[in-house]
Amino acid sequence: MKQTEGMTLIVKTVTRISVWLVLLYGIYIILHGHLSPGGGFAGGVIIALAFLNVMLAFGRDFIKNWLNIDMLHDIDSSSATMFIAVGILGIAFGGSFLANFIPHGTLFNLVSSGTIQVLNIVIGLKVGMGLFIVVWALVLFHLDQKE
Amino acid sequence: MTVYLLCFALFLVGIYGIITKRDLVRIIISWGIMGYAVNLMFVLFGYKNGSIYPIFVKNAPVLPQTMVDPLPQALVLTSIVIELGNTAMLAALAVRLFQKYQTFDITKIRRLSG
Amino acid sequence: MPVESWLIFLLSFMIVGSIIALEMKDLLSAVISVGVVGLGVSVAFLLVQAPDLAVVQFLFEIFSIIIMVRAFIKKDYHQEAPSKVNKILTGVTLITLIAVFLLSIPLFKLIPTFGEPLMTTSRYYLENGAAETGAANIVSAVILDYRAYDTLGETTVLFTAILGTLTIIRIKKRAKATEEEKS
Repeated sequence: MKQTEGMTLIVKTVTRISVWLVLLYGIYIILHGHLSPGGGFAGGVIIALAFLNVMLAFGRDFIKNWLNIDMLHDIDSSSATMFIAVGILGIAFGGSFLANFIPHGTLFNLVSSGTIQVLNIVIGLKVGMGLFIVVWALVLFHLDQKE
Repeated sequence: MTVYLLCFALFLVGIYGIITKRDLVRIIISWGIMGYAVNLMFVLFGYKNGSIYPIFVKNAPVLPQTMVDPLPQALVLTSIVIELGNTAMLAALAVRLFQKYQTFDITKIRRLSG
Repeated sequence: MPVESWLIFLLSFMIVGSIIALEMKDLLSAVISVGVVGLGVSVAFLLVQAPDLAVVQFLFEIFSIIIMVRAFIKKDYHQEAPSKVNKILTGVTLITLIAVFLLSIPLFKLIPTFGEPLMTTSRYYLENGAAETGAANIVSAVILDYRAYDTLGETTVLFTAILGTLTIIRIKKRAKATEEEKS
């Protein structure tokens, strides 16, 4: 069982079905961050764990074809810029840096808290992509050493 | 008061690990233990007897006076995330040192220079 | 059973677990022991009515174990017996730390008793948080509306730590390329 080939057939079949449910759960936790416990950080880690599940089950070569690592780097870096962009828009429309300028709806709705939901999404993307890239680099380093 | 003393004892176990152990992996583990002790103590400062979590639920009205202090929880959330970044960076440093010196022993790493 | 008894039991279990993690000879067992201590912290957060923190601590603990096992697996080296200087240092450290612990007991009596917090600034957040920010989760309202600048700082620190990790691990490719250029 070489490292670049992944695991047995049972693991691959179960992963094909269950990884989409894990991704959906991560997106749910990010979007409902202002109504239930969780928020951007927990949801981001769940997304990173879903990608890690695919990498462990199918091997390193499959991930190179499935996910573009440069695109993950770009999403990570541009999320940091979007956080600051939300802050500057807060100066333009609300009066102070990172002010909550989107109008609130009724309480307990999904879209009811303004910039809190936007910031949750930005943080979730950033944490998820960043943590997956760290583990991917460690796996690559380990395999380079063996050769 | 006993709870705070036990948290302080956990912190002292971490300090003992950093001072006396020579293995780089044990030093990283002790750093993590110190982080757990500090985070736990902060959250224990904000607990109120007979209270409930600080989240409003739709059909079950709760008085805001019976909720736990939310401010230490916000500070500790930041601290937990930064601890993960710390651990990742220390692990990367340890891996590079092992690649160069073939040992995790810090006394050997000090003697071989260059 | 009241919450304080559960917390004392859980904290003693964590102290025993961390001492085991420091004294074990096998690296993999030590990493797994410290992972169990982290899960104990998550249960303690649940007992103190902080579900947001319990979820985040649980997930980040699992990721920490994944990174440490990935980095330290199959790296055995010859471990020497501790020298005489090390044994003297261990004894002196133990005595000093026990003395510090016993001398700080009167200091811990000045802290307000467990279960009765002061809450001078949090009353405002609890009473006006839901109406002003529109969020039902008061902890999210605090970290993303009232103190959003601190969250920006935390995101920057995490970004810098991840960039630092990538820089340290990727040096080999550049070194290989310069070696090929020289030869």
